[in-house]
Amino acid sequence: MLRVERLPGRPEDGVEAVLLLVVPSDLGLLDEAVDCFVALCVEGGEPTPSTRFRLRSAIAEAVSNAIARGNESNPSKAVAVRAELRERHVRVSVSDEGLGFDPDTVPDPREPEARERPCGRGLLIIRHLADHVAFNTKGNTIWMTLPRW
Amino acid sequence: MGLTTTTHGDVTIVEVEGQLTVGNRQDLKQVIQEAADGGARKFLLDCTETGYIDSSGLGALVTISKRVREVGGQIRLAALNDDLRSLFELTKLDTLFAIYPDRAQALDGY
Repeated sequence: MLRVERLPGRPEDGVEAVLLLVVPSDLGLLDEAVDCFVALCVEGGEPTPSTRFRLRSAIAEAVSNAIARGNESNPSKAVAVRAELRERHVRVSVSDEGLGFDPDTVPDPREPEARERPCGRGLLIIRHLADHVAFNTKGNTIWMTLPRW
Repeated sequence: MGLTTTTHGDVTIVEVEGQLTVGNRQDLKQVIQEAADGGARKFLLDCTETGYIDSSGLGALVTISKRVREVGGQIRLAALNDDLRSLFELTKLDTLFAIYPDRAQALDGY
């Protein structure tokens, strides 16, 4: 059972509310989890289809990476998704319980020899869709700033 | 995701409704594989009703395309929305797939 917790924000910092979601490491739950989370991110507003696409796709890629790569689909591990809702944008963090990785060493999937590989495009897509992307030092938490409306 | 398969002459048309993601990519792989095993060689994926394709979905398309090409076939894509089209351009997968604005143009001369 997936449940998104909504916590009070910090109006003094421009944060209207905070959303928290813990996702078990099961890719079968990914679409339901992300659809539910995104719906709450834009609740009360009318995002353009493109804005919804960016939010939905970037969060889904990050959670998918966290489950499959970070937690290696280990059912005893979970992924924490947190969003700070601001007036025009949302800052989302996705954290796994894995060893982390160095995002600077991820091969470019656009290189000719990589184009026919079935995986390795998630981070490129996230960087394309988000206004800002950052990682913690360990490499098991990603922060993404995305438009909300 | 809903998949609807029809034929137009010798072209197998698969309409992808909703999302093509890590959760359902195997369904599409299976549909294409079964058609290819049955002798189909020309495929058209109609994405008019496709809202999302994630990186796993893109990966599935790459794998499917490779298998179809190995048996002498081809896959064309049609009616990608602007957001999806931008993902194909970003990842350079527009160099692997023939992409058409709509179904009619994809079928023209196929």
